[in-house]
Amino acid sequence: MRQFLTLFLAMSVALPPAGFAKKTEKAKPDADARLFQQKLPKDDQIRHAVDRLTFGARPGDLEAVQKMGLKRWVDLQLHPERIAENPELAARLKPLESLRMTQAQIAANYPTPQLIRAVANGRQPLPEDPVLRASVERIAAKYKAKRAADGDKGAAEEDLEPAKKLNEILSADQIRVLRTGKPDDKRQLLASLPVDQLDDMLIAMPRPMRQQLISNVPEETRRKILMLNAPLQVVNYDLTEGKLYRAIYSNSQLEEVLVDFWYNHFNVFLDKGADRFMVPVYERDAIRPNVLGKFRTLLGATAHSPAMMFYLDNWQSVAAAPANARGNKRAVRGLNENYARELLELHSLGVDGGYTQKDIIEVARCFTGWSIKNPQQGGDFVFNPRTHDKGEKVVLGVTIPAGGNESDGEKVLDIIAHHPSTARFISRKLAMRFVADNPPSQLVDRMAETFRKSDGDIRAVLKTMLESKEFQSAGAFRAKVKTPFEMLVSAVRALDAQVDSAFPLANQLIALGQPLYRKVEPTGYSSLNAEWVNSAALLARMNFALNLAQNHINGIKVDPEKLSYPKVSPQTQATIDQAMKDKAPTPALTAGLILGSPEFQRR
Amino acid sequence: MNRRLFLKSSGVAMFGVGTAPVWLSRALYAADAPSPRKKVLITVFQRGAVDGLNMVVPFGESRYYDLRPNIAIPKPASAADGAVDLDGFFGLHPSLKSLKPIYASGKLAIVHAAGSPDPTRSHFDAQDYMESGTPGRKATNDGWLNRSLVAEPGHNSPVRAVSLGTALPRALRGHNDAVAINNLADFQVKDTAGAQSFESMYAGSVDKVLNGTGRETFDAVKLMQGIQKQQYTPSGGAKYPTSRFGQSLKQIARLVKADVGLEVAFTDFGGWDTHVNEVGPKPTVGQLANLLTDFGDSLAAFYSDLADRMDDIVVVTMSEFGRTAKENGTRGTDHGHANAMFVMGGPVHGGKIYGEWPGMAQEQLYEGRDLAVTTDFRDVLGELVTRHLGNRELARVFPGYDAPRYRGLLG
Repeated sequence: MRQFLTLFLAMSVALPPAGFAKKTEKAKPDADARLFQQKLPKDDQIRHAVDRLTFGARPGDLEAVQKMGLKRWVDLQLHPERIAENPELAARLKPLESLRMTQAQIAANYPTPQLIRAVANGRQPLPEDPVLRASVERIAAKYKAKRAADGDKGAAEEDLEPAKKLNEILSADQIRVLRTGKPDDKRQLLASLPVDQLDDMLIAMPRPMRQQLISNVPEETRRKILMLNAPLQVVNYDLTEGKLYRAIYSNSQLEEVLVDFWYNHFNVFLDKGADRFMVPVYERDAIRPNVLGKFRTLLGATAHSPAMMFYLDNWQSVAAAPANARGNKRAVRGLNENYARELLELHSLGVDGGYTQKDIIEVARCFTGWSIKNPQQGGDFVFNPRTHDKGEKVVLGVTIPAGGNESDGEKVLDIIAHHPSTARFISRKLAMRFVADNPPSQLVDRMAETFRKSDGDIRAVLKTMLESKEFQSAGAFRAKVKTPFEMLVSAVRALDAQVDSAFPLANQLIALGQPLYRKVEPTGYSSLNAEWVNSAALLARMNFALNLAQNHINGIKVDPEKLSYPKVSPQTQATIDQAMKDKAPTPALTAGLILGSPEFQRR
Repeated sequence: MNRRLFLKSSGVAMFGVGTAPVWLSRALYAADAPSPRKKVLITVFQRGAVDGLNMVVPFGESRYYDLRPNIAIPKPASAADGAVDLDGFFGLHPSLKSLKPIYASGKLAIVHAAGSPDPTRSHFDAQDYMESGTPGRKATNDGWLNRSLVAEPGHNSPVRAVSLGTALPRALRGHNDAVAINNLADFQVKDTAGAQSFESMYAGSVDKVLNGTGRETFDAVKLMQGIQKQQYTPSGGAKYPTSRFGQSLKQIARLVKADVGLEVAFTDFGGWDTHVNEVGPKPTVGQLANLLTDFGDSLAAFYSDLADRMDDIVVVTMSEFGRTAKENGTRGTDHGHANAMFVMGGPVHGGKIYGEWPGMAQEQLYEGRDLAVTTDFRDVLGELVTRHLGNRELARVFPGYDAPRYRGLLG
């Protein structure tokens, strides 16, 4: 602690740049333009690049970049395939089994309520795995009991009884320890039980008793508890833990930043029906491999993904039936514009990209028949020629001849991926994330030019941006307020905290205003400062900062003396000094105050 | 000495940071205002574009049934789950039945075929325009609700403008102080030493954005602490739904009754983007029915909880655009144009549907597909801002909107 205190006293104090007018941040074009031409001093260049290309510096990171050379480090981050992965990350990802499954495996191993109902109705067999079996049996029995209560015939309460009662599995003393014992005693007891007995015990426990064990058990047992409560919970748990672990521990930081960026660009809401089990595969197979590749590939991968088709309803969109000769208006399915509109507005051209309502309908017609095979069983993409609109379409002035089948959609993706509006829209959005809320238009122009010349090569566009004078300028320096996710991860990293269970951090993010994978709207979360600066969010950040530094968050071990954050303003420093005079000084309070300070909210 | 300074110096000196009790704050307001009771405007935003035609059903319009063979709400009395008749032509969705008594008592008005003149069908742009109050103009960087606050230098409560939730919406951003409160109980820094340090740290910060928000936040926190310690029991047996919207309205009710200087409040409610399976096997089942039950029951609970205090209150609801007149191919509706707005409160001339009905014949529909707008949303909001909040400078609240046509919603 002493070491870093001297560090920030010794370092020159850089104040935030101008250009932050009151709240509404009115653009002052002239002043801003000058600042974007003003080069950053050498020390700040490293700090700035690390702040933008990673989720925050850990102790020692800045020194390591300095040693390697900034240019080489940036180049390495642009080529994550050359970076050796952190074994700490691999160890943490290992138990998160669902992250490695196919969609069908996820659906089978973590059944949805619909599938469990099918079991209850005898339409599906019970699974083999004992924990999964018990879970499915219980939920199915509850479903039957409810049906019985609703006046339907069916099984009732006795089905809820486990095969063995808790007092047949454990002694009275053991049960007492689990109910009222100290955490250490609980842990010891649980560790001493053979696996079969542990499974039987978990199955026999009433849900609240099981739930209260959750923070005291190793990862594997925790998963069993979640499984018994609701199998699908495990998928959500793996997904959010995986995202947090990667952001905190991955050595390929830029890749993780980009996975976050592109997932958010092609946002899917986790809690919409079948997306509950489709999202992990979507992120892993459609987004992650393409974050530095060609934009057309990324766009195509999202367009083909069941997760996106389910989220934006395209899987149900079919050719409008021609007017029925008998005037029968009964349930004929037809066109749904949802995906077509968001594809043009949010994924590619941008809202001012020059398309019309007519274009949206034509695009929707092209994508009829792009569907999902049995979504509830984790089905894959399927093109259904029977529901495809076979007529001629005109999209953005380009005629797509009749009879093109699946290639109609591909043609739309070609047209929009190579449209100048897309080059500009995507470039600007990247610059808003990496440079400033209102990036200089000359920079965006150059990025868009690279986009066009390189056939939409995202790595090349990023390179143009990262090597620009605007990126390494006073105008960009600390111009961005961290999103809650960025703030949380950067705090954990600055403390070099040991995260043994990331899920409590996911809960913190709900209070901070950015629940992971749960942005309902297809816009994704905003990266604009004004979206994240408000009273509720600020108080939540301060509380999180103090809780984290004081070791009040389950599953995370923090040594506040390790905190590495080189720059706070003299005002902030004076406040911290005052606090230390008023109270018995503790490293935890100091660290908490720094993490909650105005400076730490920016990157 | 202005009130805030007084609150800061003497209030804090007497009780220490964050402990100024609510009676003190009340007394402070009483000292420089004739009455601590303020006129309050509460804005509810239905994000995602609610289907106005199924929310307030034009059952007297036969084209409505032609265009929606699978998802129309049946006429009143024609089915157990038919529309709740309002005036022989319009009816409420059956899941909104709890609003009928308020309508019948003349405290709830509806403006149909209301909306924005801008043709966009983008959720994001349309919400942005409706919140900035400047349709078609993207450069506006503050919100109409913020601008609607009457300038009273030095006499403003820190919780004059409140949004419920973890974000400050576009409508409330701007020059006047506005705070976002996610939950009254959590509206504090729980560690006392930390709270004091953060307050002075943000007060001294040269970061203008964070400095401003920090100051507003800690002013509001002090005022809230008195309220946090009190138990809250809604009056009149009001039962708020446990939903986010129900709980938001409940917290607004607490703020109103605590007389802490609330003037405008904002809360939003998402999930209305019903492209698929909008209506289930019967009208009271399905996505829209669930959302509307929550919507109606929450508003009705707020109305009975506030009882006499409704005399000071107007609640207005809005949504970025309506949905297609015709159902789509997946038992839902796509993005459309005009919608319906609710206006509820003591001063409201309710029990009436306002606005010209544009009709739903093919040639009457906007771009041949959507309900046409006959009332600009600024006509409704402008009337509330002028006649209820007493802000006469409408040209500042809705710049570029020169000729509002008030509908006579208020007395």
